[in-house]
Amino acid sequence: MTQRAIITGVADTAVGDLPGSSCMGLHAEAASRALADAGLKPSEVDGVLCAYSFTEPHLMLASVFCEYFGIQPAYSAAIHAGGATGCIMVMQAAALVEAGLCRHVLVVAGDNRLSGLSRDKAVATLSEVGHPQFERPFGVTIPALYGLVAQAYMHRYGATPEHLAAMAVNSRTHAMRNPGAQMRKPITVAEVLASRFIAEPLRLLDCCLISDGGAALVVSAADAARDTAKRGVAVLGTGQKNTHEHLVAAPSLTEFGCRDSAVQAFGRAGITAAEIDVAEIYDSFTITLLIELESIGFFEKGEAGPAALAGALDLGGRLPCNTHGGLMSYAHSGAAGGLFHVTEAVRQLRGETEARQVPDAELAFVHGDGGILSAHCSLVLGRR
Amino acid sequence: MTDKPLPVPNADTKEFWEGCAQGELRLQRCRACGAAQFPPRALCATCHASSPVWERASGRGRIVSHTRVHRPPSPAFKADVPYSVALVALEEGPRLMVTLRGGAEPRIGDAVRVGFDPPAGPDGIALPHAIILEAP
Repeated sequence: MTQRAIITGVADTAVGDLPGSSCMGLHAEAASRALADAGLKPSEVDGVLCAYSFTEPHLMLASVFCEYFGIQPAYSAAIHAGGATGCIMVMQAAALVEAGLCRHVLVVAGDNRLSGLSRDKAVATLSEVGHPQFERPFGVTIPALYGLVAQAYMHRYGATPEHLAAMAVNSRTHAMRNPGAQMRKPITVAEVLASRFIAEPLRLLDCCLISDGGAALVVSAADAARDTAKRGVAVLGTGQKNTHEHLVAAPSLTEFGCRDSAVQAFGRAGITAAEIDVAEIYDSFTITLLIELESIGFFEKGEAGPAALAGALDLGGRLPCNTHGGLMSYAHSGAAGGLFHVTEAVRQLRGETEARQVPDAELAFVHGDGGILSAHCSLVLGRR
Repeated sequence: MTDKPLPVPNADTKEFWEGCAQGELRLQRCRACGAAQFPPRALCATCHASSPVWERASGRGRIVSHTRVHRPPSPAFKADVPYSVALVALEEGPRLMVTLRGGAEPRIGDAVRVGFDPPAGPDGIALPHAIILEAP
């Protein structure tokens, strides 16, 4: 039987508004710190996976990074799958080491999309994921596309604006315990519901942040992981599902690929959703998280909102979720945004998260969603 | 001031946009399996047979979701905010994105009729819109 890949090092840079940062500088800082965390030298990296950038876009970002960082690994590639990229990079890195093609794969992403772009430019760039002929001409943004999903899902399953707001409040509650989070001022359901509309029914506080920041991790082959500095975290199961790219062509407005992606990951790990101790789930919008929680099977349809209002996603709740504060309160800097969920899960399993620690966390679930609930990737991680 | 991102027709979509400019909503239908499809493609995305044929669609459908946009993607849409966008399930099956016109408060399930904006831009693009029909 194949030995499971091991995550041997993780790092986040500072996040938020980082004037003076650069995309590649953030990559290099995150990479150096993840390698230091693993106790590895840059020369020991034989695989590199990168993502994409808004501020320094390039056709071959992995080559750009390797040149900048000063390494010549045997394998490198860049992956573009929006918010699913972070999890997909980990899935790919695990496959590379389990196949024996690499021993230590460095996964790294970062962008200075807050200080390096205007907010208007960031919104405009993001809206380019819409179909160029059949969506963008109608003036839709990513929030508008998720607003369309929200309206349909709320109509179908009875979720309310309060249920959505509970997701944002949960993120903030966790972020208040995380000294590194971008947004730490307490918010209430009433404040979320009083924030201005972006695209109905989504309001400002239903939406993720725009941030600078980077993240990296090292995925090592099981035998290579013996030489690393800290207790590793095993990649127990991975899964993916892509059902569409554009909302206009999605098979459904209420059922998405997160379910099949998670089924694969749980199946490969040989566990069920009920066994998960802590979940870090992509939360580009409140509706994103609510749908994923219900589709993946952590809650029945219509149940995630009321459960969140009752504290189910907080520490001590049924499923502590997005313990770093997620994309809505910790940070969202492009592909690194999805990696923050992974680095947090690894730290939870290592018991390093202090005030926000889920006691004795042994199994973590991480999920990434790219596009308009288009591309999904799920990871089950476990303490060794 | 940037311009609105008007469609640039290509080999797959030319027939659709020509129809719009003539006030006609067109969809593709597969000759092998009979599936209607949108967006247009060079093959049937249901059974993968080649060369689906074009047909005139009814232009009738129902709202399956809607949103009112307050924060536009670019300055080109700023004068229009707030504006309503809907996804319409056409009677033939496929889903279409449209601007909602006519001012009625949209609800999921509302019956709509597809119309067209005046042709604009170098390619003479007439964007589809939808108007909510009075309840019978």
